[in-house]
Amino acid sequence: MNVHEYQAAEILAGYGLPVNPGAVATTPDEAAAAARNAAGVVAIKAQVHTGGRGKAGGIAIARTPGDAREAAERILGMDIKGHTVRKVLVAHGVDIGQEFYLGVTLDRPRRRNVVMASAEGGVDIEEVARERPERIVRALADPMLGLHPYQARQIGFELGLDPAKINEFAAIVARLYDAYLATDATLAEINPLVLTKGGDWIALDSKMSFDDSALFRHPELEALRDLDEENAIELDARRSGISFVKLDGDIGCIVNGAGLAMATMDAVKLHGGEPANFLDVGGGASATQVAKAFELVTADPNVRAILINIFGGITRGDVVAKGITEALGHVAVSVPIVVRLAGTNAEEGKQLLAASGLTAVDTMDEAAAAAVRAAA
Amino acid sequence: MSILVDAATRLLVQGITGREGSFHTQQMVEYGTQVVAGVTPGGKGKEVAGVPVFDTVAEAVAATRPNTSIIYGPARFAPDAIYEAVDNGIPFVVCITEGIPIADMAPVYAYVKEKGARLLGPNCPGLITPGQAKVGIMPGFIHAPGPVGLVSRSGTLTYEVVDALTRAGLGQSTAVGIGGDPIIGTSFVDVLTLFEEDPATEAIVLIGEIGGNDEETAARFIRDRVSKPVVGFIAGRTAPAGKRMGHAGAIISGGSGAAADKIAALEDAGVHVADRPSAVPELVAQAMARA
Repeated sequence: MNVHEYQAAEILAGYGLPVNPGAVATTPDEAAAAARNAAGVVAIKAQVHTGGRGKAGGIAIARTPGDAREAAERILGMDIKGHTVRKVLVAHGVDIGQEFYLGVTLDRPRRRNVVMASAEGGVDIEEVARERPERIVRALADPMLGLHPYQARQIGFELGLDPAKINEFAAIVARLYDAYLATDATLAEINPLVLTKGGDWIALDSKMSFDDSALFRHPELEALRDLDEENAIELDARRSGISFVKLDGDIGCIVNGAGLAMATMDAVKLHGGEPANFLDVGGGASATQVAKAFELVTADPNVRAILINIFGGITRGDVVAKGITEALGHVAVSVPIVVRLAGTNAEEGKQLLAASGLTAVDTMDEAAAAAVRAAA
Repeated sequence: MSILVDAATRLLVQGITGREGSFHTQQMVEYGTQVVAGVTPGGKGKEVAGVPVFDTVAEAVAATRPNTSIIYGPARFAPDAIYEAVDNGIPFVVCITEGIPIADMAPVYAYVKEKGARLLGPNCPGLITPGQAKVGIMPGFIHAPGPVGLVSRSGTLTYEVVDALTRAGLGQSTAVGIGGDPIIGTSFVDVLTLFEEDPATEAIVLIGEIGGNDEETAARFIRDRVSKPVVGFIAGRTAPAGKRMGHAGAIISGGSGAAADKIAALEDAGVHVADRPSAVPELVAQAMARA
């Protein structure tokens, strides 16, 4: 789960990090008022769940409340990579001395959390990692003991910090690591972390993402979910235990199992079609699950055919077939349906489907080809 | 021969009285797996599919000497169950449970390693040595004994490939599902190492998907250390970047984890990569004929 910059900053402030003060505005008037309160230069920053806001024109500097109003007028409602800007953060201007990158995330190959820092702050860190990997300093945290203070200091020294600033920097690293752990984050990032000309540390931009599997123990984070930023259909699916991702094609897919669902999308493409979605109905594939899946898939007006691919394991083919026929009694489906049933009780399932006028094919390739033909 | 489980496997089921635990215990017993004990705190004296239930792993170990454990049940309790198994000296633990927080798995992974035990999963279908032992949730009847070792990050996609192999007359030495989470106990490389050493395995099938770079690591290992022919399949060529595709670990992030990169890495290492699951058996047959 992702949150906005201003929400990440609020969380990090709670862990003692020196975040830059600011106010959220949803209208140009509110932005102007926030700028007046700030009594100085402000940055107007689009709040959307995507990167590259600066390049897209979603960040502006305003010297007066009037400028702030104008900037907010331009930015609010703007589309940034498919995200509509509904809020801006009016942040205080900062007298930047040096800019750093500081982040904590999981190093998957090493199965440990890693702190990363760079003296090249304020730029796309993935670009730095690609082009100048030697400019990134790393420290792996012990999964039992956590991050040691010496590791935080060492990062500071390797960044070439003034020795007088090392302890302050190490404290910031430790607090960011604490915040990351305590919130079950998958990413906690400050970019840039600014050292002002006056020698103060300021977290100018904060970003956090959280482990979906751990949200059950963080109701406070669940409350930060911005429904405008989430695909309503995907959210609706998740509530029913279905994994759904909308794509741009016209063949709706209903599959049991995530790996098989991806392979089914690939098969559609291989046979010259384009998948309309990724959909994993989950283990059970009961009538209610299948009905919900039909509802999700047919809600997309682009869908011209539906491909159901079920490999019965513990899930039995006859149960799925019953689910399909029952679901079709509740949900009106006006596009052609191609069913592929294999595995446990597939034959019984096929007979049930045949009785209600649906023909099931044996292989995934046949099914993908038939669905592509049906959608043409 | 086979890897990890066989007719000598003595299995303990943790969470045996739960809905999933009891159902799959029945299935495993019917397949012929030697299920020697189950554990559910407070369940002592019960029986599931003829298997005695104990309160603690310590009691079950003392009474029945299991050498493998399988864990079903909720994500909240699974890490604790893994610690209990490992602390009682069980050398091989299979965790089926889905949805364990990453922060809980990082210390589990380190602890299991330190104790010299092996963890398979979490969020995996388990493993099967056809005709000998099924330790997991896969449908047993699609498998057949034979020379192909199979390792996969997926569940139903594995069944798809196993079924195709069996229909083509290519049985399996052992089929292992390593799981789809960001932190898993046993990697592709671990299983490839075992298959390379196993005399009963003549060819290896590796089934990967988008996300992470375990397939790339596996490719380097295959190039340097695996002499047996390897056939691959990678799911998710059509997956968009930045979206989680069902499995917690299946996400293309920051330009890494894409299917095309994994396929290229495997092909560079001499792996024959199928463009669809149904093409796997033919590639395996060809590779075995050449070997």
